[in-house]
Amino acid sequence: MSVVVRIPTPLRKLTGNQGEVREEGKTVREILDGLESHYPGIRERLTDEAGELRRFINIYLNEEDIRFAEGLDTTVKAGDEVSIIPAIAGGSR
Amino acid sequence: MEGREILLPRAIFQKILDHCRSLRPEEACGLVAADGSGRPVAVLPVTNSLHSPVRYQMDPREQFDAMKRIRREGWSLFAIFHSHPLSEPAPSPTDIRQAFYPEAYMIIVGLEKEPAVARGFVVQEGEVAERLLRVVEDPLP
Repeated sequence: MSVVVRIPTPLRKLTGNQGEVREEGKTVREILDGLESHYPGIRERLTDEAGELRRFINIYLNEEDIRFAEGLDTTVKAGDEVSIIPAIAGGSR
Repeated sequence: MEGREILLPRAIFQKILDHCRSLRPEEACGLVAADGSGRPVAVLPVTNSLHSPVRYQMDPREQFDAMKRIRREGWSLFAIFHSHPLSEPAPSPTDIRQAFYPEAYMIIVGLEKEPAVARGFVVQEGEVAERLLRVVEDPLP
């Protein structure tokens, strides 16, 4: 299953400056495995030591936040679009 | 990002201020989009899902929708703004640690005193550089 993955600016150093790449996989987790094999170092920016999505990273499959689906086990199909979206957060304290 | 100044049309600046004031004492936040020539053309307020006077996190769904709109309109992300209702408009350690969009200016509106003060910064890999934020009169129609 080939899907398009949208890469946010801070991670494009790892993808040779590409904002969109294609990956194969049946689940979001497999897509991330594919990303890591092509662009080593990217996975640790997305998931923690336990393999779970980092708190400040949101991943959308098409229009849906995967946290509200099956998380990293959410299945993908050909033509889907996976968007990696770092949270926007901060504050005076 | 190379320029030393951030030029904001007055109407854009006013929308940012109005939004931040309307949510005081909570921190307010949103995006500023620029057109193909790099001129700021739209303010997209986003809900602070923390509803806190000292912290903010954009509602993920609204953030996603706002970013998608920017892409679909052919705009680019010009700046990310938020307010400091109780303190100076300078990036806090939290702001710097959680700055994941180095391509966008960070605009902070300080509402501690009136008149409100807005300042602009570039934050890249933990390094902060202030850029003079200058409000320019809108061109006449």
